[in-house]
Amino acid sequence: MTTPQNTPVGKHAAPGARQTSQEGPQAGNGQGGVPLVRLVNAGKRYGAVIALSDITLEVGAGEVTCVLGDNGAGKSTLIKIIAGLHQPSTGTYEVEGTPVAFNSPREALEHGIATVYQDLAVVPLMPVWRNFFLGNEVRKGLGMNIPFMKKTCREELLAMGIDLRDVDQAIGTLSGGERQCVAISRAVHFGAKVLILDEPTAALGVKQSGVVLKYIIQARERGLGVIFITHNPHHAYPVGDRFLLLNRGKSLGYFEKSQITRDELTGLMAGGAELEQLSHELESEGGAAADIGHAMEADVEELGIAHQADAGSDASATTRQEGSSHP
Amino acid sequence: MTATAEAPVTPPPIRDERMGRKSGLARLLARPEAGAVAGAIVIYVFFFIVAPPFRNASSFSSVLYVTSTYGLMVTPIALLMIGGEFDLSAGVAVTSSALCASLFSYEFTTNAWVGVLVALALSLLIGFLNGWIVVKTGIPSFLVTLGTFFVLQGLNIALTQTITNQVASPDISTLQGFSSARVVFSGSFTIGGVNIRTSVIYWLVFVAIATWILLRTRIGNWIFSAGGSPVSARAVGVPVGRVKIGLFMAVGLMAWFTGMHTLFLFNTIQTSQGVGNEFVYIIAAVVGGCLLTGGYGSAVGAAIGALIFGMVNQGIVYAGWNPDWFQTFVGLLLLGAILLNTFIRRRAEAAA
Repeated sequence: MTTPQNTPVGKHAAPGARQTSQEGPQAGNGQGGVPLVRLVNAGKRYGAVIALSDITLEVGAGEVTCVLGDNGAGKSTLIKIIAGLHQPSTGTYEVEGTPVAFNSPREALEHGIATVYQDLAVVPLMPVWRNFFLGNEVRKGLGMNIPFMKKTCREELLAMGIDLRDVDQAIGTLSGGERQCVAISRAVHFGAKVLILDEPTAALGVKQSGVVLKYIIQARERGLGVIFITHNPHHAYPVGDRFLLLNRGKSLGYFEKSQITRDELTGLMAGGAELEQLSHELESEGGAAADIGHAMEADVEELGIAHQADAGSDASATTRQEGSSHP
Repeated sequence: MTATAEAPVTPPPIRDERMGRKSGLARLLARPEAGAVAGAIVIYVFFFIVAPPFRNASSFSSVLYVTSTYGLMVTPIALLMIGGEFDLSAGVAVTSSALCASLFSYEFTTNAWVGVLVALALSLLIGFLNGWIVVKTGIPSFLVTLGTFFVLQGLNIALTQTITNQVASPDISTLQGFSSARVVFSGSFTIGGVNIRTSVIYWLVFVAIATWILLRTRIGNWIFSAGGSPVSARAVGVPVGRVKIGLFMAVGLMAWFTGMHTLFLFNTIQTSQGVGNEFVYIIAAVVGGCLLTGGYGSAVGAAIGALIFGMVNQGIVYAGWNPDWFQTFVGLLLLGAILLNTFIRRRAEAAA
């Protein structure tokens, strides 16, 4: 636990180059085809409420799987299942090919699945290095090995490309993006194989979001599997290898990067099907509302998302993966 | 920057252009103790000027003694406040512990040490219950310990009255083991003609231990995190509940120690003693740089806060002023110290 378990791996292509060279689904999978995390037809019910149904998703080593969805789409429930807070009511959850049933986040963590939550789980008033080792302090006799911890913290952050001014400064003095990155590199240092990032760019400005995206690519380059939860397709598309779109607890579609363009992804996220439905409703209202409805319908058609969205909600996630809807 | 992962493990010592060089003074002022040190110097100089007897070494010894009687309690209260909780029952808990030791050994005519150990168990139990209720119910410790305060205060008076028909515990100086207990808890020694009570030494030792725990141990990390952001701390596996219960029990432990010191110094304990001291402890900790909201502070700062209180307490006497003004004077000085503290911290943070 005291030594870094993820030494940097020696594949440092420029991030941009890597994205375009990404061809097949297994390109970055170092596990010989066995994904680190795989959900098959997973669902979750809370009493009578179906929060999530029939979700299939996987992430391998050196891959980024993006989960996109608007508020209430079921992203949180999905995170909670993968992070070990909940067990799926239906379907299976496999880690490295073995079915698992986690009773707590600790158990998930022991399997190398670490979650970095939106609120970051850092203590703002404490120094960076204390936050980095909080709960995993390196002891020496009765006390702690502080020089080792400071040195390790600095090196680990540097390995993620975070050049920190002073690890003794309170972590609250860092920018939101830097804090995200400290939380990510902490998870990596303590043996995470799969990182679940819950809306890491949600509260950040454009530049800070870019910084976080860069670290997601860094983590992927280091051979980690990343599950990146976001509602922003512009953040997801450049870094993602796979995209799962959620809407109202159901899969709207599950795509390899080669199967979908950024515009299509954006269109789906904007809710092509819903927009179309809304335009029909407006049209039936008549008057001014109908005009808006017509305009909307035209937009939807122009984007070419209407048919896809319908197909996505009809077909199961597994059939989508076959690539039948490749544009 | 992207290639840093492949760089050898020794990072190049590049100074970041974003960081202006912080002056040594600014660094010093950014410490939690800074305001308290400044306040202590001001008050020392003030009484040095207005109260000539204040300048003697023996006077300063008694300032230190008064400081230590508060300081013994201020230390664990500071840790508790850094851990994000209050203990309003701490003042009367000292008296409860002393009454328990005294009444138990007197009524059952045991060795004084038996009473001492029973009192220790009681004090730890009070601390545990305070912590346990706070942790289990999530009710603010301010309310929980306010309840404990009244419960203990009532018990102190009513039980002692019932058992002894007095408002004070009986004199226990004739009991076996009394003299050895007095040496341990309430001894004194002379250096260069100045009499120094051992409680001063104990106080300094406990401050040193508390500082070491806070800054150098895993528990210290956990205390800061429990006060700073308990949710985050729990998320990374810190046993926040156990840390907080432990802190309340540390307050209990020091309440016992302070109670024993008072008991074996005066042979007897007044039942109404200790009321109001809980505020002194909290004020001293805050003057010493502990945040009311938790997560920030230092044991050394709290010790200096206690010293400020001790200096004012004795300085007024040495200045020959009417002691009726004492509390007003203390209040004003403490307000001043807090303002100074805040001012200095803002300046330091702005400079940083």
